[in-house]
Amino acid sequence: MQNIELSTKDLSVFYGEKQAVKGISLDFASRQVTALIGPSGCGKSTFLRSLNRMNDLIGGARITGEIWIGNENINDPKTDVVLLRQKIGMVWQRPNPFHKSIYENIAFGPRYHGIRDKKKLDQIVEESLTKAALWEETKDRLNRSALSLSGGQQQRLCIARSIAVSPSIILMDEPASALDPISSAKIEELIAELKRDYSIIIVTHNMHQAARVSEKTAFFLMGEVVEYDDTSNIFTNPSDKRTDDYISGRFG
Amino acid sequence: MAQSREKRKLKQHIIEEWTGKVFTSLCIVLLVVTIFSLVYFVATKGFSSFIKNGISLGEIFGGTKWKPEGEPPLFGALPFIIGSFSTSILAAIIAAPLSICAALFMVEIMPKIGRKYLQPAIELLAGIPSVVYGFVGLSVIVPFYRDIFPGQGLGIAAGASVLSIMILPTMTSIATDALAALPPGLKEGSYALGATRWQTLARTVIPTTLPALMTGVVLGMARAFGEALAVQMVIGNAPHIPKSLFESASTLTSAITLSMGNTVMGSVQNNVLWTLALILMLMTFVFVFIVRFLERRANR
Amino acid sequence: MSAKTADKIATAVIIFFAGIIVLIMAGLLGFILVRGIGHISFDFLTSPPETIKKGGGIGPQLFNSLFLLVLTMLITVPLGLGAGIYMSEYAKPGKVTDFIRLIVEVLSSFPSIVVGLFGLLVFVNVFGFGFSLFSGALALTVFNLPLMVRITEQGMQSVPQAQKEASLALGLSKWKTIKSIMLPIALPIILTGTILAAGRVFGEAAALLFTAGMSSPRLDFSDWNPLSPMSPLNPFRPAETLAVHIWKINSEGLAPDAPEIAAGASAVLILMVLLFNLLARWIGRLLHKKFTATK
Repeated sequence: MQNIELSTKDLSVFYGEKQAVKGISLDFASRQVTALIGPSGCGKSTFLRSLNRMNDLIGGARITGEIWIGNENINDPKTDVVLLRQKIGMVWQRPNPFHKSIYENIAFGPRYHGIRDKKKLDQIVEESLTKAALWEETKDRLNRSALSLSGGQQQRLCIARSIAVSPSIILMDEPASALDPISSAKIEELIAELKRDYSIIIVTHNMHQAARVSEKTAFFLMGEVVEYDDTSNIFTNPSDKRTDDYISGRFG
Repeated sequence: MAQSREKRKLKQHIIEEWTGKVFTSLCIVLLVVTIFSLVYFVATKGFSSFIKNGISLGEIFGGTKWKPEGEPPLFGALPFIIGSFSTSILAAIIAAPLSICAALFMVEIMPKIGRKYLQPAIELLAGIPSVVYGFVGLSVIVPFYRDIFPGQGLGIAAGASVLSIMILPTMTSIATDALAALPPGLKEGSYALGATRWQTLARTVIPTTLPALMTGVVLGMARAFGEALAVQMVIGNAPHIPKSLFESASTLTSAITLSMGNTVMGSVQNNVLWTLALILMLMTFVFVFIVRFLERRANR
Repeated sequence: MSAKTADKIATAVIIFFAGIIVLIMAGLLGFILVRGIGHISFDFLTSPPETIKKGGGIGPQLFNSLFLLVLTMLITVPLGLGAGIYMSEYAKPGKVTDFIRLIVEVLSSFPSIVVGLFGLLVFVNVFGFGFSLFSGALALTVFNLPLMVRITEQGMQSVPQAQKEASLALGLSKWKTIKSIMLPIALPIILTGTILAAGRVFGEAAALLFTAGMSSPRLDFSDWNPLSPMSPLNPFRPAETLAVHIWKINSEGLAPDAPEIAAGASAVLILMVLLFNLLARWIGRLLHKKFTATK
């Protein structure tokens, strides 16, 4: 039995009257990739965004249920979200580097979290960029604007930025869907590397991608989890008819 | 060790968050308190002429004679009220067609030339200080009227002319925004039916944007109503109801500008001047109310 | 009349009116500059005004306007930024926020003369600052705050949500996110707006008549101690600004060359406003380039 990094108990998200996520209970194993798949509007992104309390930013969103990391329920209003988000990194669909230099994009987080030593920061920048497979391409132009990078590079920079604050979990919301196939393949390679150190939860609507990168897959439909199993089982031998219909392309 | 660092960190960012919240909240509280005290002070001072000095509402709003030094003193503010309304309404009547034409020109007819020449010209007009408008009015418009019409050239016509130029930018920019915000399909539908540009403008574009265009007119009028120095410089400042547009007159703002400095705080005349300010303030409320109403219509 | 003819006539009328506006604008600028620029000289810009003789200048008034502008912006900018950030980032949607928006809108439509009267009553009399630069700066702050709040709000709202989320997801506090991520992106809009607002402050007169006063003490430009009464830097001395000066010489100027002085002063005022305008455009473009640079 593997270690459980994060688990949800009866997690629901409401936008006003509408319930976008309906009482989901899932366990996420540590140092594994878990894919969340499902048709658009099924609540998978909303679910993902509640794991680091990003939905707090949306006016009118209400989240009920429990999210456990270790022995702490982080959906408690008393939870310090600033500390929480340091432990959970996030990567979005569209690359969103800060309008700063490449170096600053990485160093910004660690510096805020108390690392002032220039040597230490340099080291973190190099390590993070290396882990994100971007060091070779950028080491000679760290002081240039992050916006000068290509889309795929920007996305890897965003991954490097999130691992620079040493989280244990990384949430990825369709991280490759806005990129060209080559950049997309690079991101997938990167994910395979990263799972040695981080627990990764990835939302994707690309089923091949889910099959390639993940160990476990959860199939979302209308705000509920229809099926949650090893990825190989989901794609070869799904137990629910609806899962079968979805992955064989009959809807979605 | 790690625990204690985390604790220190926790405290630090909570203090930081708190600082931000307190600072911004203080700013907004200060702003709100300022607005409330502004309303409170103008209202209490403005009402004191009725309450303390026992002047009747009828005398101020109905009296046509302003003789604060007379025996007995008379505080009829009707000439000022009429002056303010006539100058600002007249200014709006002059400026409205001009500004709507300018907006149509910029959005519908020649957007390129419009954006390159007309837009900067109008933005610049918006930045010119009101005393400069007053000065130009005094040295160009007043002599011009003096040559053509009987009288000194000072008066409501001169005031309205100066004001109409001052409020052009406000009206034009709102009209431009409204026209630019129209969905393209609306016009295309009309053109597709074989309508000419003018037919499209007159039957589709202008009726649809009318509430927004009116918003601009009302905001312009509000600005004209409250403008003090430019008007005061060209209107002549005679405290009576003029028989023509080219005869010296007064407005609420010009009366305050001219007399406030010469009266003693707390005297009857001073209090009546505050009542004039109160009327200005109440009219501001009315204008904002109308604008809100029109905006709601425009957004429907 | 056929539809085509009507269309042609209407188009001609619209173009005609648009042309009139350009003519008015050009005439206005041309008139002031032609009448005024000839009168501008170093002497005119630096010497004090004369009451009944010819040849007075606008030196102290120009200084007062600039000094008052600095004082006003020192108070207005932090307050406006704070209040604007509150409205865009902290205020929860609801009745209270709607109400604050309403009263800020009301304040922004207040006639400046009424704001001046409020200043006379509260800053000059109740707080006892007297007719002074400080009272004037406070009155102009009241007059300008709504604009500053609106500018800040617009700037903050122009920041992409993704930037804000990225920062928060790194475990940065909201305030740090606002300061270090959002404000720099909002800066071009805020700065451009602030410079235009400064132009408005520079030309304002009605709110100052009864707060900063209509006279200047004889200034001693060699005394830079802000506490001494003759020092130009003393914020508690009365100060007639350039705009107020133009108004005063037009309504009660006794000097024989009053019209020329008014023209010269107006030209200076217009040139300053033009300068603010150009500066705002230039800085806006520069910052925009800097932040979206893909070098």
